[in-house]
Amino acid sequence: MGWLVFGFVFWIGGWQLNAWLARRRPATPMIRFIVPVIFGVTLIVVWECAVRGLGVSKVLLPAPSDIGHALARSTAILWMDFVQTVIKGAMSGYILGCGSAVAVAIAVDRFDFLKRGLLPVGNFVAALPIIGMAPIMVMWFDFGWESKAAVVVVMVFFPMLVNTVQGLQDTGAMQRDLMRTYGASYWQTLLKLRLPAAMPFIFNGLKIASTLALIGAIVAEFFGSPVKGMGFRISTSVGQLAMDLVWAEIVVAAIAGSAFYGGVALVEKAMTFWHPSQRGRT
Amino acid sequence: MRSVVPILTVVAAIILLWYGASIALNADWARDKATRAGTQLTFTELVADTWNQRKPKLPAPHQVGAEIWKTTGEMVLKGRGFSKRSLIYHSWVTFSATVLGFLLGTALGTLLAVGIVHNRTMDMSVMPWVIASQTIPILAIAPMIIVVLNAVGVSGLLPKAMISMYLSFFPVAVGMVKGLRSPDAMQLDQMRTWNASRFQTFFKLRLPASMPYFFTSLKVAMAASLVGTIIGELPTGAVAGLGARLLAGSYYGQTIQIWSALIMAAVLAAVLVGCIGVLQRLTLNRMGMA
Repeated sequence: MGWLVFGFVFWIGGWQLNAWLARRRPATPMIRFIVPVIFGVTLIVVWECAVRGLGVSKVLLPAPSDIGHALARSTAILWMDFVQTVIKGAMSGYILGCGSAVAVAIAVDRFDFLKRGLLPVGNFVAALPIIGMAPIMVMWFDFGWESKAAVVVVMVFFPMLVNTVQGLQDTGAMQRDLMRTYGASYWQTLLKLRLPAAMPFIFNGLKIASTLALIGAIVAEFFGSPVKGMGFRISTSVGQLAMDLVWAEIVVAAIAGSAFYGGVALVEKAMTFWHPSQRGRT
Repeated sequence: MRSVVPILTVVAAIILLWYGASIALNADWARDKATRAGTQLTFTELVADTWNQRKPKLPAPHQVGAEIWKTTGEMVLKGRGFSKRSLIYHSWVTFSATVLGFLLGTALGTLLAVGIVHNRTMDMSVMPWVIASQTIPILAIAPMIIVVLNAVGVSGLLPKAMISMYLSFFPVAVGMVKGLRSPDAMQLDQMRTWNASRFQTFFKLRLPASMPYFFTSLKVAMAASLVGTIIGELPTGAVAGLGARLLAGSYYGQTIQIWSALIMAAVLAAVLVGCIGVLQRLTLNRMGMA
């Protein structure tokens, strides 16, 4: 009972603090940063208190402290899984898939006929549950990380293709005319005008692909994998009801996913500093 | 309309590639069989064999088509359209969980967006987490949700719908926040000069203005919801649904079954997203926005 009361009071206190902070003008970057952090901390405290106070079984929902224990206890396993799934599976597939999509997009861009045909098809395919290809890829490329990379390639290819093709069309007739008056060749126009202009679209695709890549690599492991990898660990630990380890894997996946996305966003900021969407922010 | 020919060309090229790939991938097995039988295959025989294997690495399109017809149309003709062996039954299972999760997720996402737009505290504390949560591979927890809910005694439709809800609620929340904020300062000032209450501003300005955003995010949410349901059907031990068909197919190496389930999932996605597209056009037309 004490835990529940404490959690409730903590929640009210945190919310009041946030409300007070949110009313302060002007909202400095510090406040913008601290408010969500306080909210996150209250959530975790309330979770801990609720689990302890209500005596929820560890199988249903382990407390954050249990998850922390599991994290500290099994770093070796978690690191092995991380390397297998994120570095080998997701990253190699991501680079291969995004790279080939950009190459195909540049090739397609030269032919208006192909572009008109491929864009609707690509948009359609991007909305399909491509993740279903996972069992097929596991069958073709065996249980190792190669099959996971293959799933990731298939998953990121079409969103990336559609975004790049759209980006390459984003230059105005005036700008292209200017390049023509300079006597620029096709490749010069591509490298100096059209690819830079397409960067915001390409980065949008890269961001979407970064989340898809992790999901693809993890889910593909549900269909068969060697005895390591995040998806493998999650599905087997669920079977053994070792929920704290499952949650530890999820924490690692969450951190990896956010870091991946954040990394792409940072590179975007450095490379498209000229674009209005980046200039507006301080 | 002028894109019809290019689209058809691309689709034809894909089918052609598919046939070619199925020759390349299945040729090994066909040659293997021939050597063991002590015969030599001519090229036409080889092609004919690769397109008609029972468990090919990559089934040819017509094999998948035949399988789909066998498990849908033919079963309906026999009057057993809803037997457990028909794809219609499995599609229906997936469809119902998808739509239920989608509706729940849309409701939750919209509510959250309304809260975020109207409450500054909520905006500052919740919104960053909503955005951050999109970068997390949420699907990874799908099997856990299923097993845990099963342990509590909740099984069947609801656990799968929960996963779909979880996946579909983020796009709706983010899209609706954008949409509800889309009226500019001028329009909001106009509402203030008319002495409109918050309620009136919401229902007469913000909500109508958010409709284009709403439908766009609904399409994303529907696609995400279908993926969620299919993944949610994996850990239940291949009972029912398109995801279960995928898993069963991969256990027994029934590639044709996997591909037919995949095509059915694609058709389902196209139909669901298409329905929202039609709804969008009708609504926006009547509102004079399209």
